[in-house]
Amino acid sequence: MSTPRRTARGTEQRQPSRSRARVGPQSVKGGRLLDIDALLDDRHTGIIVCCGSGGVGKTTTSAALALRAAERGRRVVVLTIDPARRLAQSMGIEELDNTPRPVAGIGLDGGSLDAMMLDMKRTFDEVVESQASPEKARQILENPFYIALSSSFAGTQEYMAMEKLGQIHADAQRAGTYDLIVVDTPPSRSALDFLDAPERLSSFLDGRFIKLLLAPARGPARLMTAGFTMVTNALTKLLGAQVLRDMQTFVAAFDTLFGGFRQRAQKTFELLQADGTAFLVVAAPEPDALREAAYFVERLSEDDMPLAGLVVNRASPQTQGDVTADEAMAAAQRLRKEDPESLTAGLLRLHADRVRMVEREARLRSRFEAAHPQVPTAVIPALAGDVHDLDGLRQVGALLAGKRPT
Amino acid sequence: MPSHDFPAVRLHIVTGKGGTGKSTVAAALALALASTGRNVLLCEVEGRQGIARMFDVEPLPYAERRIATGLVGPEGERGGVVHALHIDPESALLEYLSMYYKLGRAGKALDRFGVIEFATTIAPGVRDVLLTGKVYEATRRNARNRDAITYDAVVLDAPPTGRIAQFLGVNDELAGLARMGPIKSQADSVTRLFRSQQTACHLVTVLEEMPVQETADAIAELRRHAIPVGGVVVNQVRPRDLDEDDLTVIRANKVPKKNLSADLTRAGLSGTGTLVTGLLTEARDHAERRALENSQRAVVETLEVPTYELPLLVGGIDLGGLYELAALLRDQGMA
Repeated sequence: MSTPRRTARGTEQRQPSRSRARVGPQSVKGGRLLDIDALLDDRHTGIIVCCGSGGVGKTTTSAALALRAAERGRRVVVLTIDPARRLAQSMGIEELDNTPRPVAGIGLDGGSLDAMMLDMKRTFDEVVESQASPEKARQILENPFYIALSSSFAGTQEYMAMEKLGQIHADAQRAGTYDLIVVDTPPSRSALDFLDAPERLSSFLDGRFIKLLLAPARGPARLMTAGFTMVTNALTKLLGAQVLRDMQTFVAAFDTLFGGFRQRAQKTFELLQADGTAFLVVAAPEPDALREAAYFVERLSEDDMPLAGLVVNRASPQTQGDVTADEAMAAAQRLRKEDPESLTAGLLRLHADRVRMVEREARLRSRFEAAHPQVPTAVIPALAGDVHDLDGLRQVGALLAGKRPT
Repeated sequence: MPSHDFPAVRLHIVTGKGGTGKSTVAAALALALASTGRNVLLCEVEGRQGIARMFDVEPLPYAERRIATGLVGPEGERGGVVHALHIDPESALLEYLSMYYKLGRAGKALDRFGVIEFATTIAPGVRDVLLTGKVYEATRRNARNRDAITYDAVVLDAPPTGRIAQFLGVNDELAGLARMGPIKSQADSVTRLFRSQQTACHLVTVLEEMPVQETADAIAELRRHAIPVGGVVVNQVRPRDLDEDDLTVIRANKVPKKNLSADLTRAGLSGTGTLVTGLLTEARDHAERRALENSQRAVVETLEVPTYELPLLVGGIDLGGLYELAALLRDQGMA
């Protein structure tokens, strides 16, 4: 039977216990199916954005979609945020150099695949450099406040992912390099961060607070009201005079760039709303991930963003036969009485677990579907192993398209 | 002899890659730590209200609320009390300002000028100092704070591994900012606590390649920054009813179908082809998964930290499940 394992204290691990599953509806009623191949083959699809909460497999899904599209004749670039090391290696993008590189050996029939990993700080720097004179750019890039803002602001990564998307899209339009861009989104605190961050950053850059910081630089003494003094005093207490001075220098240098930043953010937002864009919300069949997915679906429709559908990743594979969990457990018990080591009993217990998980996930999905019946869904059965090479991505791609992996 | 692996630790930080179940483990650890009549505070800082959902209570305010009784002790002793605190940066900032600077009207003015929003969402690092500052305050409280509850242990459901060093404020890039002003002394005290023997940072993982790799990277990063690494909690481990011999037979496709079919019939099930094929397919999946788990478990063992294993709960996590996991953590000596 199971080999006891030594743990930190040398005690034996208890047999993992089962938890009780309630019996509920067994399967999802006829929900709408998401047709991935139709989406990839549609030449009007120019951008696919994969979003969802952390740990649901966004990066793998993005890479698998991009690979499948390339093998169906699209000229694709995939923008990943933080791929697993071996996956990055297999795509030849170990270097974080912000430049798309061709993935060798991919693409028949005119299709091709390039991949890149986003370097958020460099993207931010490049925007500054493109918007300001060399001298001013240097001033900004060396400012301590800028350095901290560009590498750590909760949301810079999201903002920069969208900025990079805008750049690649503009280049591709000009040079005709790509006809499909697949974007992975950063592992945010909340999936919504990625829609909110550009707005938050530009409202900060445009806000009262910045005007307040700029006031002393511009100098009219009448602005030095009691309220203003109180605020600067409080800020000095909190952050110290040096940080405040750095911020003021930064803001003064950045002042002429605000307009450009805002315009770019606005353009990217419009690009996301355009017809050629498709959002895929990725989730795991877990309550938290599906809750995030639901928020996201609602938010996308509020913002008139084109939602293509929901991908439920890593679902427990459907069971065969009609033996219920309870029947399997009862049968396993009977066999164990005769032979405590019965392999058949072990297989039946596995089956019972699998049935319970499938039922639970189906319940979670049907709850989502009841609230969002209009959202086409693709359910991807979990692979037993890890995905870390192009073959693995191909398999995920096939599963996404509802095909059996080869 | 200490009754568990971290007798000197008052602050347990729990991190892990997204999707590995770190919030579940943090909650189970809090219940386990409270098992011998001790008072425990469980904190969350990511604005998700995950604690409220797990314990099935109303969304938590910025105040310490009693949410559960700790696990019953091994000898049947009554458990202590678990309180929970949802720390949001705005409230933490206002509390900080009123505590240290007696800001009355200025506090409102700050809000009007967008300063609160700036400090809590945009100013790099400030947000994290405010969040960790509150955790620090709760951990360092003692009997002299007459109105406040004192805790034997504090469990922090921290941000995921990718952001943990930045969150704990030990990240080099950030060293410059929010570290020069008067908030610096606050940040420094917090860092001193994080680096002391009173703190342990635990990592939650599942036995898959990427989470294990991220765990290894995070351990290296924490050690580089002198944050004491606690244990690795390996979560969602598949059941191990089948032993290695069974798995070898399954992998080699050598399960005798006739015997299987006969067993099923004897046990009262119809030993039809579909069921036999189905069971064997499921068995092969399971065998492959177990092979992956074994190879990743070997990697976890090279990390040279105490490890604790928790099973996959097929029915999902409910309050009963949390206590079940808490008992497993305690039995393995984590609490």
